[in-house]
Amino acid sequence: MFFREAGQFKTSYNEYLQAFPLREDRIGIAIWIALAVFYVPFFGLPGLEYTFAMNAIMIPVAIFTITALGLNILVGFTGQISLGTGAFMGVGAYACYKLTTYFPDVNIIIIILASGFVSAAVGALFGLPSLRIKGFYLIVATLAAQFFLEWCFIRVEWLYNYNPSGAIEVPQREVFGIIVTGAAASPATRYLVVLGILIFLTIIAGNLVRGRVGRSWMMIRDMDIAAELIGVRPLRAKLSAFAVSSYYCGVSGALMVFLWLGAAEVESFDVNHSFLYLFMVIFGGLGSITGSYMGAAFIWTFPILLKELGKRVFDIDSIVMENVSLVAIGVLIVFILIKEPHGLARLWQLGKQKLRIWPFAH
Amino acid sequence: MKDQVEGYVTDDGRHIGGIIMEMKNITLRFGGVIAIHNVSFDIREGEIRAIIGPNGAGKSSMLNVINGFYHPQEGEVWFRGNKRPSMKPYEIAEQGIARTFQNIALFKGMTTVENVMTGRQLMLKKNFLWQLLRVGPALEEEVEHRRRCEEIIDFLEIQAIRNTPVGSLPYGLQKRVELARALAMEPKLLLLDEPMAGMNVEEKEDMSRFILDVNDQYGTTIALIEHDMSVVMDLADRVVVLDYGKQLADGTPDEVQKDQAVIDAYLGVEH
Repeated sequence: MFFREAGQFKTSYNEYLQAFPLREDRIGIAIWIALAVFYVPFFGLPGLEYTFAMNAIMIPVAIFTITALGLNILVGFTGQISLGTGAFMGVGAYACYKLTTYFPDVNIIIIILASGFVSAAVGALFGLPSLRIKGFYLIVATLAAQFFLEWCFIRVEWLYNYNPSGAIEVPQREVFGIIVTGAAASPATRYLVVLGILIFLTIIAGNLVRGRVGRSWMMIRDMDIAAELIGVRPLRAKLSAFAVSSYYCGVSGALMVFLWLGAAEVESFDVNHSFLYLFMVIFGGLGSITGSYMGAAFIWTFPILLKELGKRVFDIDSIVMENVSLVAIGVLIVFILIKEPHGLARLWQLGKQKLRIWPFAH
Repeated sequence: MKDQVEGYVTDDGRHIGGIIMEMKNITLRFGGVIAIHNVSFDIREGEIRAIIGPNGAGKSSMLNVINGFYHPQEGEVWFRGNKRPSMKPYEIAEQGIARTFQNIALFKGMTTVENVMTGRQLMLKKNFLWQLLRVGPALEEEVEHRRRCEEIIDFLEIQAIRNTPVGSLPYGLQKRVELARALAMEPKLLLLDEPMAGMNVEEKEDMSRFILDVNDQYGTTIALIEHDMSVVMDLADRVVVLDYGKQLADGTPDEVQKDQAVIDAYLGVEH
């Protein structure tokens, strides 16, 4: 009734190939972006305290969405699996720390975006085994990357400027006179910076996966032999996927430390986090950009909202609630993956499909 | 009737050109097993060339030699006047050889039109930076190739399924999408590995029609493997017959059908 392509005729392939061919979709996205840019920084989320909403939900979700986008490029679009995500984020964070130590006057946003390239190089290096091995064996290889890099984050003291605590502490940095990093930065500023980078990287990811590069990734994922016979060079396709994926992870790692945590040590990049990001991607929907958003938002906010719910409605102790939420999220993941293996993105798509033909059943 | 350099004219009046691909004394071994033994034949420009033979005769191995999956221990492969060194499959794709598979090898996660677009992969030249911006020349290029793909989709009459994920399509249509994908590469030589396997009579007729149309309209040289003899005899200009890796016969369908060795291989010999 309200959501269908009837009457929207495409008269050129350009129109046909745009990101959201449906007018209703475009309106929907515009509303989401308007809310995220004009409402959230000033009012937070309805029903939640402002700083809590910003620091505990909006900023981390935006950062983890970048991670999920990156990991989705590798796992969802290219079919290579990685358990080194946490470590690749760490590479970005430490690279950012070192870069801003050496170049304190350079715009921190540029430094954050540049530190992704260090992570991309490391990711491509550890992606090399993917040319020879697949599946479980590749998991082991990326796990080795995870542990090796974790070791580096502890042992190579140069990385954290020989700080006795072994942690990196984020210095205060200003962009055009506005404090962006450090304890004095306001949540709204940090949120808007993260959001800007998220939108920018989402557009790039969307462009890549719809074009030649993205198709070469999906060809490798779906049928690598046929891909090779069509002229895809497996080396180039796989390594570019590892590099792009790690770039996203690196940027999100730098954002995580500089605009969210404020200080970090190796625990922030451990293998548990790698699993968490993999959950986000699988749960949100492999090979879907919308899915990366949904997965990151859901996996991160669900336990928090559950805890809030327990506290406010049932007056349950927060420690009990934490365990309850662990159980609940585990059960929910299993349940949804059995019901809908393609994740939240597919549910969303089915919902839209239903909406298109509403009020009819078929 | 046949001329080594000039080519020949078929019964139905098509002009067949010079030799585009020549296999010279190919021998392929897997350990102690000889898959192909001293086989030589050529493929001429514009012709439909069939490779037939009973199961295990080495037909698919032969196709795999042609597109670079297997490297023969002995013999030479000549393509368009040059002796071909041992190459990777993607280098052979760059030379203009496309193929379809016996067991469909489509990209299951993509829609029909996306699958066809993958055939244009080598023709999309804009680099990574353009790709991630997806504006100006990069978008123009994408649109231009999209248009060509839509033409191929029209040609093979699969418009109705262009936005359907290929995994959910029936078998016959998947075969057709695979042909579309191979055609999108605008190949100099198109290899079809059992294009009609597992099809019913109607689907086979459709497919035969499309193969003839492709040959006729695009002038594509086609080499195909097929088990259905009536189809082969109708479609092919020349047929090479393999049995246990050895070459039994090579000639027009009429010649091959009369060949005693071929009859023996197919019908069996009285002992």
